Amino acid sequence: MNTDAIKELLYKIADDQLIIGHRNSEWTGMGPILEEDIAFSSMAQDKIGQSYALYQLLHDLGEDEPDQVAFMRKANQFKNSQLTELPNGEYDYSLLRHFLFDTAESIRFEFLAQSAYSPLALLAKKIQGELRYHTMHANTWIKQLGNANQESILRLQASLDQLFPFALGIFEPSPFENVLIEEKIFVGEKVIMQKWQEQIAKILNATELLIPSFSEPAIYGGRFGHHTEHLTLLLEEMSEVFRIDPTAEW
Amino acid sequence: MYGGGNTFDPITDTKQATEDPQKLQEFEARIERGEKIEPSDWMPDLYRKQLIRMIEQHAHSEIIGALPEGTWITRAPGFKRKLALMAKVQDEVGHAQLLYAAAETLGKSREQMIDDLLEGKSKYSNIFNYPAFTWADACFISWLVDAGAIVNQLANSKGSYGPYCRALERICVEESFHLKYGHHCVIHLATGTDIQRKMMQEALNRWWEPMMHFFGPPDKVSVHTEVLMKWKVKMSSNDQCRNQFLDMYVPKILELGLTIPDPLLRKNPETEQWEYTEPDWEVFKKVINGDGPCNEERLAVRRVAEARGKWVRQALLKPKTEYVTPLA
Repeated sequence: MNTDAIKELLYKIADDQLIIGHRNSEWTGMGPILEEDIAFSSMAQDKIGQSYALYQLLHDLGEDEPDQVAFMRKANQFKNSQLTELPNGEYDYSLLRHFLFDTAESIRFEFLAQSAYSPLALLAKKIQGELRYHTMHANTWIKQLGNANQESILRLQASLDQLFPFALGIFEPSPFENVLIEEKIFVGEKVIMQKWQEQIAKILNATELLIPSFSEPAIYGGRFGHHTEHLTLLLEEMSEVFRIDPTAEW
Repeated sequence: MYGGGNTFDPITDTKQATEDPQKLQEFEARIERGEKIEPSDWMPDLYRKQLIRMIEQHAHSEIIGALPEGTWITRAPGFKRKLALMAKVQDEVGHAQLLYAAAETLGKSREQMIDDLLEGKSKYSNIFNYPAFTWADACFISWLVDAGAIVNQLANSKGSYGPYCRALERICVEESFHLKYGHHCVIHLATGTDIQRKMMQEALNRWWEPMMHFFGPPDKVSVHTEVLMKWKVKMSSNDQCRNQFLDMYVPKILELGLTIPDPLLRKNPETEQWEYTEPDWEVFKKVINGDGPCNEERLAVRRVAEARGKWVRQALLKPKTEYVTPLA
């Protein structure tokens, strides 16, 4: 199998999980109600745990230890989609991002569970089970707030419109797209995006929200290491203590 | 963590309302026999009031206590610490949820309790009015503040009010993991590089006095709580708790090669009691009355969180409320 292609795939999904997990964890102590505080914190733990397991697969392929990979790389070495690095904003913004992102992730891991690269397929099966709760959570809230009152509908709509081009950026094709598909390691971004469109449409159609055009230009770059300034700041904060002495045991 | 009936705002209303003497006698006899009082049981007014006050303050301590540690989640060094700290702080917020629910069984709503916190009418554990400057401060909190809280909470879990006791039992189980996590972090700092050791010692120096304050003023000057002891609302005295904490943790701190910033600290072999430099109780009073290093900040953060989340709560409660879009 093409190891470079597998590594590239693993990096982008691991980085996505780490960065969104970090953002989710910023809701700890700040949620609109205690239960949401706890829910975001719970999802954050899942995501960061998932990223750790994925970095571990990379380590098995000869990459550095997970801690070094996560805490010591520079922003332009990260392959996460820009969607995941955007600051949390208000709850509507975080909720919409969570909905758009996790719908895509649950489809992605559903396919990865059938990957020809068996370590990934095994891990994906486990992750899939966790993501089911994340999408259930997102769908419940989108339906609730997307039908509640004028303020909640307007807020959700504004966030949806703002985030949509970034969400389309999740599916930025990789340079290894064809190899991955041929070797049955990964089904490819196009297939994921198509299913994603169907699923988000199904949920959003049950609300007062209007779906932006799927043919809107996507914001790409993340998969190639091009990021907003927010990622640099996030990484500086994340590694602040670790970098005091990266060789120390903390 | 974090609290457990040790917030020490003065008890303003200890006067017992005129209660039916026969009911009161039966109530006291039940407590005497070690029975638990349940929400639908008869209870004296003062008992209800004091319990609401105590459980509510404990719940507030959990959510306010999540702030100084919570700010270190995004900076925790390495996966292991990051995951554990997230889980720990989430537990604390979960404790608040449990405790608010326990207090609600006595007739005060969660919303009312949170409003009272934000308006400064209801207190929370004093120790969270101090800042966590470094990672080592966060480790100190996870280990020793939690340890102090467990001393209190274990005592209170033997109290008389059923819902509170059951909540505390669950909380204590989770706390015992926090304690292991905190201890593990402190061991790594205290036995680590020069920078790490220095960081840990400095945190200990900063937190020792607030930690001694944590258990409240000495028994000889503290507010009279005889009836609360009799009703098993309060289960052990401030000095007893402090002494037990020192008994359990001073050897563990010293074992790590750290220096406790109190030259007079020693256990008197005859009395079995710890002797120490009396912490400055004027400072304690000042902080508890709102003039500590972080009182304003902690409440401000909570107020902002409440204000930002208001539309969500409204959308859940009153789905059809009209909303006028702001012009700008």
